[in-house]
Amino acid sequence: MAELSEAFATALRLLVTLDRDLVEIALLSLRVSLLAVLLAAGVGLPLGAALASTRFPGRNALTTVLNALMGLPPVVVGLAIYLLLSRSGPLGELNLLFTPTAMVVAQFVLITPIVAALSRDTFESLWDEYGDQLRSLGASRPRALTTLVFEGRAALSVAILAGLGRAIAEVGAVQIVGGNIAHSTRVMTTAIALETSRGDLPLALGLGILLVALSIFLNGAAYGMRQWLEPTHD
Amino acid sequence: MTERSATILPLELENVRWQVSAQAPFRLDGLSLQLALGSRTVLLGPNGAGKTLTLRVAHGLLEPTEGTVRWKGPGGPAAALQQAMVFQRPVLLRRSVTANLSYALALRGISAEARQTRLAHALEGAGLTHLAARSARTLSVGQQQRVALARAWALEPQVLFLDEPTASLDPGAAQAVESTIQSIASGGTKIVMTTHDLGQARRLADDIVFLQAGRVTEHTPAAEFFESPRSAEARAFLKGDLFW
Amino acid sequence: MVLASHAPSASLAADPADVLRLASTTSTRDSGLFEAILPSFREATGIRVEVVAVGTGRALDLGRRGDADAVLVHAPAAELAFIEEGAGIDRRPVMYNRFLLVGPAADPAEVRSTAEPGAALRAIAADEAPFASRGDDSGTHKRERDLWKNAGVEPVGPWYRETGSGMGATLNTAAELPAYTLVDSGTWLAFSNRRELEAVLDGPEALHNPYAVIRVNPARHPHVAAKAALAFSDWLLSENGRAAISAHRVGGEQLFFPLPEEALVP
Repeated sequence: MAELSEAFATALRLLVTLDRDLVEIALLSLRVSLLAVLLAAGVGLPLGAALASTRFPGRNALTTVLNALMGLPPVVVGLAIYLLLSRSGPLGELNLLFTPTAMVVAQFVLITPIVAALSRDTFESLWDEYGDQLRSLGASRPRALTTLVFEGRAALSVAILAGLGRAIAEVGAVQIVGGNIAHSTRVMTTAIALETSRGDLPLALGLGILLVALSIFLNGAAYGMRQWLEPTHD
Repeated sequence: MTERSATILPLELENVRWQVSAQAPFRLDGLSLQLALGSRTVLLGPNGAGKTLTLRVAHGLLEPTEGTVRWKGPGGPAAALQQAMVFQRPVLLRRSVTANLSYALALRGISAEARQTRLAHALEGAGLTHLAARSARTLSVGQQQRVALARAWALEPQVLFLDEPTASLDPGAAQAVESTIQSIASGGTKIVMTTHDLGQARRLADDIVFLQAGRVTEHTPAAEFFESPRSAEARAFLKGDLFW
Repeated sequence: MVLASHAPSASLAADPADVLRLASTTSTRDSGLFEAILPSFREATGIRVEVVAVGTGRALDLGRRGDADAVLVHAPAAELAFIEEGAGIDRRPVMYNRFLLVGPAADPAEVRSTAEPGAALRAIAADEAPFASRGDDSGTHKRERDLWKNAGVEPVGPWYRETGSGMGATLNTAAELPAYTLVDSGTWLAFSNRRELEAVLDGPEALHNPYAVIRVNPARHPHVAAKAALAFSDWLLSENGRAAISAHRVGGEQLFFPLPEEALVP
């Protein structure tokens, strides 16, 4: 396919010359999605831990809902956040629409369920394995769960990377709340959509290749970091 | 050995009943038991009799649905600090043997200096000093169980609960574990243990608690139990007639 | 890489008074007009324009909600309604570009032999030749519906495909099928994935596409950058603005034609 080889050539050229526009949108993609996943982890991990280790009526129902929310359509989230942040909406005074902050908010809403649901699953196994012994040793529940975060860091980092992957690859939410404004809220995915709609398919595909490469790089970096922090494996 | 706090024994379980949820059958059904200072108590009984449940209720991992669990003295968190438990499969953290013991001691608020002394002593007693720096989860199951024991020992508990501690081990490892349990007991810790292994019970027990269908049928000195058990069920059990 | 204009990135801490948020359409964006004229506007006034390019319906909705300071669209009926409901003020017709009919080079409905859109669309319907419609309530789509109405034809049937998407996506679909479609000249000239599509009807006045700029009503949304919006409207109709608009060319061709002075209605 001619477009494919042209796409690779384009991707290579953009990368090697460190094309200014490419660097700008790639950095924004990273800033928005990394911040969103950081916040999502801050909320999602404790939520997953609490759900896994506490018994309360309706726990199964809540878990089911949480799992279902993993499939939230990005465009729906974008629309909902837009209506909230619009000047005519309840949070209009904050003046956040069409800014990177709005994009972070939308992606945070999108990926927190993913981090929470996947980490809940991990915490459930961990709690089954360690819960009794940690309680026997005298650990309070928060202390025990903190220990489990450390024990389960491999599986939990997968949950976080899943969230990051979803965030950096989505276009529906950031398009609506960000507006794809040049030099302001344009990220890799909205740029790809733009070039596709302009009919410049090799460029769109080239950007797509670079986005996938970025994702692979992020995952590789995460793996390398884990190895460096804890070389022995069980 | 550091000075012990006020004794929490004897432990009284009075008419304890336990069900996993409302409508479920009572797996402990009017269980009464007194555990006194100074002896090694072994719980015996067929499968489903409630041996593990009894340990967990006594140790505070489970709340009884009905009935009371009473330690001597104020009870509550103070009593919990004087206990430790070892499970059938060793539960160790992904860190070194030393770090595992440190973790437990730090949880109890033991100062860093005292931690060092205690854990060195416990590791030595369990014959594990040469493994101190090893990653705990890479050891054999037998060694891991001894680490779990050493960890419990370092806490200097008044009461040590053990739930079938050698069930997953080969005879050589089982023997090492039994030997460590003996050492802990001779230091003054009360042992409360369950087992399926009658030979082990004979070797270790001072007194036997025989359980059936969620109740205590007999609680007698070991020699007496093995020579002439009082109940028909116990006799059948010892002969091997009762299904596990 | 033609991803964005090469204007220097503005600091995000810029004084809000120096930023104008303009809601416009995807076809306008795709024509490259903004890259061509906004740098001149910035030089003249110091105002940076942030363009949010969406469908016409959405652009007007952004204005209605106060999420934009001004709108630049090409849908006269919707624009007048926008003014009437009090969402916008000071509508100024600015320029026009052309719509054209494009279709497969083989031209099964023989559109090339027609001279005006009514006859062309009747021919397409009679032949049941595949036609790709945007179907998204955009200015282009509204125009297309008007043309079918004026032609006296109701486009119904498997040959009439509503893509529900932007001009570029619809063109991609038309190029794939292949099918006829209505497209604005700007998007068409910049579109590179033509395959066997060609212009089959271009030029009649019935296919002129008028653009107007409207300021979002500050009485309704006091927070809008009213001064910047006024400066923009003024500039578009000024000599410099009109010159910048005329200067924009794609493939050597002028895309947008500023309305002659006489035609400007207050």
